[in-house]
Amino acid sequence: MKKIVLILAFFGLLVIIAIGSLSQRDIEPTTLIKLKEKYSKVEQPSVNHGRFEILKQKFNSPQEVTKACQSCHNTTAHQVMNSNHWNWEREEYVKGRGVIYLGKRNAINNFCIGTQGNEKSCAKCHVGYGMDSKGEVYTDSLNIDCLVCHDNSETYAKAPEKGGAPLMNLDFNKIAQSVGKPKRTNCGVCHFYGGGGNNVKHGDLEMAMFEPTKDIDVHMGTDGMNLECTDCHTTIQHNIAGKVYSLSSMNLNRNNCEQCHTDTPHTDDILNEHTLKVACQTCHIPNYAKANATKMYWDWSTAGRLKNGEPFVEEDSMGNHAYMSIKGSFVWEKNVKPDYIWFNGTASHYLEGDKIKDTTKALILNKLHGSYSDDEAKLIPVKIHKAKQPYDPVNKILIQPKLFAETKGEGAFWKDFNWQTASEEGMKDAKLPFSGKISFLETEMYWPVNHMVASKENSVNCNECHTRDESRLAGINDFYLPGRDYSALVDTGGKWLIILSLTGIFIHALFRFYASKKIKQRAINE
Amino acid sequence: MSKKQFYIYKGFERFWHWMQAILIFFLAFTGFEIHGTYSFFGFRDAVRYHNVAAYMFIGLIVFAIFWHLTTGEYKQYIPTLVNIKAQLNYYIFGIFRNAPHPTKKTVLSKLNPLQKLTYFGLKILVIPLSLTSGLLYIFYRYPSRHGIKAINIETLEVIAIVHTVAAVLLVAFIITHLYLITTGETLTSNLKAMLTGYEELEDMHHTEQKEKK
Repeated sequence: MKKIVLILAFFGLLVIIAIGSLSQRDIEPTTLIKLKEKYSKVEQPSVNHGRFEILKQKFNSPQEVTKACQSCHNTTAHQVMNSNHWNWEREEYVKGRGVIYLGKRNAINNFCIGTQGNEKSCAKCHVGYGMDSKGEVYTDSLNIDCLVCHDNSETYAKAPEKGGAPLMNLDFNKIAQSVGKPKRTNCGVCHFYGGGGNNVKHGDLEMAMFEPTKDIDVHMGTDGMNLECTDCHTTIQHNIAGKVYSLSSMNLNRNNCEQCHTDTPHTDDILNEHTLKVACQTCHIPNYAKANATKMYWDWSTAGRLKNGEPFVEEDSMGNHAYMSIKGSFVWEKNVKPDYIWFNGTASHYLEGDKIKDTTKALILNKLHGSYSDDEAKLIPVKIHKAKQPYDPVNKILIQPKLFAETKGEGAFWKDFNWQTASEEGMKDAKLPFSGKISFLETEMYWPVNHMVASKENSVNCNECHTRDESRLAGINDFYLPGRDYSALVDTGGKWLIILSLTGIFIHALFRFYASKKIKQRAINE
Repeated sequence: MSKKQFYIYKGFERFWHWMQAILIFFLAFTGFEIHGTYSFFGFRDAVRYHNVAAYMFIGLIVFAIFWHLTTGEYKQYIPTLVNIKAQLNYYIFGIFRNAPHPTKKTVLSKLNPLQKLTYFGLKILVIPLSLTSGLLYIFYRYPSRHGIKAINIETLEVIAIVHTVAAVLLVAFIITHLYLITTGETLTSNLKAMLTGYEELEDMHHTEQKEKK
């Protein structure tokens, strides 16, 4: 009796342990509830700009609007003029280079290559007016374009190829009176179309993010929390948190999920343990370019073909440009599974004029640093954009061609379709040497994927990484990943140990069987 | 020689044995799924179940150690070289000739020398190896920024491989063990004994008395 009680007590203990560890508390973490509460409150603006007389005057130029803004916001200009949205560069310390100024002004990308010599066209996405290659725009605060970010009427638009000036047929009074905090439309008009079209660059930022559903982005979904860009990209004095590593080098002013969700957001300890080495995005963004395709490959070497002396455009099955005479051939993909890399928050960039060390392999234009043993590094999802772009095989530097000009004959590739003159003019603008020889080189850019976050139900499953075949992390081999990795020696040895044991047993049992038969037979005979 | 039913496996001993059997089976099944050998529960659930079973196993081991120490039953497992050759000879030759078991099973000495050696090895080597590597696997700390460097383990690889080795050895043991339980007086006498606690053994005391007379 006593024994039974003891055994029952022991069983009871085991059952309690089992239930305790298996049961998932189905109350959502309080941080999430608090966040939902916080972001469901709609903030009312403290000022109605429609009542200001100064915004009712007749505006003859966009600069007059800026002047009107500055009559009240009279200490704001220097904030904007210190921002990277205005300067197109920021101060960065890069190991091996020292302090540099890095940005669109001097970096080379593998889309439209670079801004130098093409300012008038590129400035459509500059928060200022009147940009040209002389750079005078940067000193006059009246050239600040307040409206591109603060227009809440959704009617403001910049003119193409006018150095950043708006279309002149706009109702500036309506726009100026509507101003408020930037909305998704303000940010998206540049950030969704970078690289010359929708979703060309990022893959996770595109026009579907203007009014996304929860399926596209769980935070910004209009059927969900409906967050604005600035809810996460918090801003103090026009300095906006968060940046993309196509143009950043230092582990500073980054935006991350943890600032709202903490670094232990799961109820499951094993999942929380992952956050030390795995970024939230890695599991919570299973794929990007969910609504529209993104450009994965850009081959400049095929650009310049003409039909009857005229440039032409070809489309792929999804209706995206597959070939453009002015730009070359493209490959687009939709619903893309990200690549994964270690990233510690620092990057190094190819800058205009840098010597290319090895022209036999792809040149990485923005190398993201990190490894498993790096304390700061986490696995992040990235879009790898590949391209083939012109370089000078003698000087071993990438060519910054002149692409844009208003008229033919100025050497611009988009007008004259001549690599030779476009390279000569472009390198002259960039004050770089040019040997006269042009070759094409494979280049890669790494774009961290941070948006298009899935709901927790649609996150990446454990066994998409922890598996032997087709693991999402198949390419990252500087650490042991349970479920994916094993010791071939132990596995083969173990297999043979078990095979030999079974064979031994089988033979032994067979002998026993016949021996016992024989013994019985003998007994009968006797 | 007369035979008599002896109570050789106590209640706790049998409970411990079968609980251990179930847990080791379950741990091996979920463990090799985590290892990537096959897929059944799905990686996440396999890990959860494996961890729960691991804690239950540790609990069981604590109770078993207590029982063995307090009852003195641990002495059964102290290895001996006496009769080891005879026992080997029995499995290789004697068993086919219907020869008698060279080691007499008694309540005070119920393990033959090969069993003593194997179980001792399991208790001293394989289970502790499995347990330690398993606990390190659970409490493995990734190289981390603000932690104490000295307790960082730079890689999981060694831990995982040792844990796999221990698991393979256990599986090999179970397979052999399952076969060897059929080598008792009859095919099922050992199994029955472990289920009921009773086994028919030679009544040494009785025999001796008879001989005296």
